[in-house]
Amino acid sequence: MAPERIVIDPITRIEGHLRIELETENGRISKAWSCATQFRGIERILQGHDPRDAWAITQRICGVCTGIHAIASVRAVEDALKYPIPKTAELIRSLVTGMGTVQDHVIHFYHLHALDWVDVTSALKADPEKTARLAASISAWPNNSATRFQEVRQKLAKSVEGGQLSIFTNGYWGHPDYRLPPEANLMAVSHYLEALEWQRDIIKLQTIFGGKNPHPNFLVGGMACSINLDNQITINEVSLAQIDGMIRRARRFVEEVYYPDVVAIAGFYKDYADIGVSSPSLMAVGQSGYSCAGVPSGEPAAGLLLDGDFDRVVPFDHLKIAEFIASSWYTYPDGDKAGRHPWQGETNPRYNGPTPPYKHLSDGQKYTWSKAPRYDGRPVQVGPNARLMLAVARKHEPTVALVGKALQTLGLQKAQLNSTLGRTLCRCLETVQVSGHLEQWFAGLREAIRQGDTRTFNPERWEPGNWPKSAQGVGFAEAARGTLSHWVQIENGRITRYECIVPSTWNSSGRDQDGRTGPYEESLAGNGRHPLQDPKRPLEVLRTIHSFDPCISCAVHLFDATGLPLKEVKAV
Amino acid sequence: MLPAPFDQWTKNETFTEYLVRQGLSRRQFLKFCGKVALLLGGGALLSSRDKKALAKDIAERLNSAKRPTVVWLQLQECTGCLESALRSGDRTLEDLVLSIISLDYNELLMAPSGEQANAALGKAVAEPHLLVVNGSIPTKEKGAYCVIGGESAEELLRKASRNASAVIAVGACAHYGCIQAAAPNPTGAVGVSDIITDRPVINVSGCPPIGEVITATILYYVIYGHPPQVDQDGRPLFAYGQRIHDKCPRRAHYDAGQYVLSFDDENARKGYCLYKVGCKGPATFAPCAIMEWNQGCSFPIKSGHPCLGCTERHFFDRMTPFYKRIPGLQVPGTGVELTANQIGGLAVAASVAGVAVHSAITVVRKQQTKKHPPTSVPLAVLGEKEPTDSGGKK
Repeated sequence: MAPERIVIDPITRIEGHLRIELETENGRISKAWSCATQFRGIERILQGHDPRDAWAITQRICGVCTGIHAIASVRAVEDALKYPIPKTAELIRSLVTGMGTVQDHVIHFYHLHALDWVDVTSALKADPEKTARLAASISAWPNNSATRFQEVRQKLAKSVEGGQLSIFTNGYWGHPDYRLPPEANLMAVSHYLEALEWQRDIIKLQTIFGGKNPHPNFLVGGMACSINLDNQITINEVSLAQIDGMIRRARRFVEEVYYPDVVAIAGFYKDYADIGVSSPSLMAVGQSGYSCAGVPSGEPAAGLLLDGDFDRVVPFDHLKIAEFIASSWYTYPDGDKAGRHPWQGETNPRYNGPTPPYKHLSDGQKYTWSKAPRYDGRPVQVGPNARLMLAVARKHEPTVALVGKALQTLGLQKAQLNSTLGRTLCRCLETVQVSGHLEQWFAGLREAIRQGDTRTFNPERWEPGNWPKSAQGVGFAEAARGTLSHWVQIENGRITRYECIVPSTWNSSGRDQDGRTGPYEESLAGNGRHPLQDPKRPLEVLRTIHSFDPCISCAVHLFDATGLPLKEVKAV
Repeated sequence: MLPAPFDQWTKNETFTEYLVRQGLSRRQFLKFCGKVALLLGGGALLSSRDKKALAKDIAERLNSAKRPTVVWLQLQECTGCLESALRSGDRTLEDLVLSIISLDYNELLMAPSGEQANAALGKAVAEPHLLVVNGSIPTKEKGAYCVIGGESAEELLRKASRNASAVIAVGACAHYGCIQAAAPNPTGAVGVSDIITDRPVINVSGCPPIGEVITATILYYVIYGHPPQVDQDGRPLFAYGQRIHDKCPRRAHYDAGQYVLSFDDENARKGYCLYKVGCKGPATFAPCAIMEWNQGCSFPIKSGHPCLGCTERHFFDRMTPFYKRIPGLQVPGTGVELTANQIGGLAVAASVAGVAVHSAITVVRKQQTKKHPPTSVPLAVLGEKEPTDSGGKK
């Protein structure tokens, strides 16, 4: 039988615009193409701007992982200008990005991923009393009452009666591979709603320090929020007490709702620990949530696990990063074969795909706006599973204990963290970890204030007169979705070149010059065994793609400063 | 805390029944329709007979209503605007989605993908609906810079707007292109009102707008049946009627000539004015100082950072460098009120060309007759002379 061609576009419940094209044979996926279908050109726009403004411009790459691009940007500029920032500002940045990660992961699970596992219509058949008993067996969360579940079921029933299904219109309800009992479905729907309330509350931490969310404010040289315990408008005890409360509520929800839900749901889908296996090389530059320039002592730093050896950590060397364009709608001056390091990055868009509206993109050699970054020639996965697997390989005790307990509960092996279920589980485990870090960072901030160390900004290098004539710097960060790096070159106080390599570029990339597929593609078609029962309702594919938490606006903002003279290119 | 119970308005009841269940009498309902008619008629414009007819018409329309279908497109953008809508308190996005509107197409939230998602869109746009748009429309490369379901953003927008009863452009990208449209605008990004010129487009501006402003604009349509009053740039007056500067908690320090000179200096720790470190509050029409962000928690200036001016057109071109103070102004010290008023006057004149408080119908009529709604005007207060496509880089 000839292979069947399937197009899934749009992939919904993600950030940005992603299209997946597939070939299937006998209900299994044999080939996959990951096509990013949006391009914005933000790095080109950065040219000529004051580098102190770059954080605000790059932040607009993404409103979901909002904040992390700003952090990577201010760090790149501070690296270029050799600009140290006060310790207290570091702590505030860590709190802001850490809370961003916690919120982002929870939203991803409940609002972007859960409907892949949870049948909303089945929740209507649930018995609220039985649901309360089920919930009580896995968690002490006080809202897990029969009254609450009854109310949620009623709301849901009213919402869908009369045939107006709103966001649930045309969902894959009743698909034979939805496996949860009605009570588990009702519990998940209830937590879907509670998570919406929760995220609204705890993210205010970013508003207190950064003035707003999404897109809070940052500052090259520190943070703009002054601390003065004896002033009304500055950070004072009122705001600190609010933050204290948010951190406690963040952690409690993660431990009493998110974690038990993920483990309970995972128990019904254990075969997904062998589905969606992707590139066996994984990379991270540190632990999630840390924004600091140096990694705190004892915490896992940058490194890689290569070629399926999940016990041996290979040191990270940024010079081994190169971006390829064999399948991307760009040109390089010296052809499509060689990759380029970000310091020599070139991004000349040249679209040669079909004019929209079109039916297929995979007929062409080029089919995506995402470039293909490779490490030492290899496609690598980045994200929560990479971070946790690296920390385990380094025998980082808290991580070993956390991961070990979850694996034991589910009866899984460490290597199975490289899978659809593994990525989803690791995202949850890391949220438990980061919500714990928040308490430590906050205690550190309190202690700094108690000792009078309230400086949030270093004015030394603020004025461009104190900058070198030309400079270049790199800012690394572990975003919710994986390793993020910003690369900046500055001449005479202005940006001449700016390049970002974003987590979803690593993961969503297409084929490289040697025909090696990117991690999304690999996860779907790598072993020819990925299931797809009903091509019209591609539930299984969504599970696997969503397990990466795609952020496609991030992946394809690229468009750097080409044609501008560069005085000197040197590695940091 | 549990989320507040939803006020369900279901298909099985008319809008009157719904309001009665909410505690309103029929008499109050008719009075409400009369008020809506008054708002629609703009007071003086309609005769009392017309107003009565309009009130009757509104009552009839509301009684035949189902939950309004909403199509919410995301084009060339970053999802920050929908994230902001998710932060809206009081009337939350989930209230809207589950009980007030039927959100039949939205990529971020909807359950199905691919074919089933496109089928939902096709069905929704074939009937009257409310269209909400995030994101800009890239016009270069025959639309290949943003393609969804195999169709260009522009074609998708045109298709979705054909039967749209109203169009709400949410966020700076949908307003005029925002970051994508910043010089040199590599993808030729434009706003919704540059493509949809045959009907009014409400611009809920900001990068992103405050969540409550987004949900309130949708509710305004759904409850009152007509668009909110807007300024010359299509921005609702209930949110964009005044400058941040007019209601800034640091304003007294501005008037007294007390300024932060460097971040976290002694003056910053006293909460002085941020004008000299680049604050664009004096040139920015936005609700931040009044409503504040994230359910009244704080806003940029309160948290010590200058306003970037993100509700104004082309702020990435016109408000940068962000840390440079607004040029061409004498720094107030003495005679401050006069200077402050001058700044205000200039900003009003230049930025919105005199906020015209038209009735909704007047605005609708005006915009319908105009091929292109008013776009950017020179922001003299920022040293601009002529409008440009994407603004000039400093």
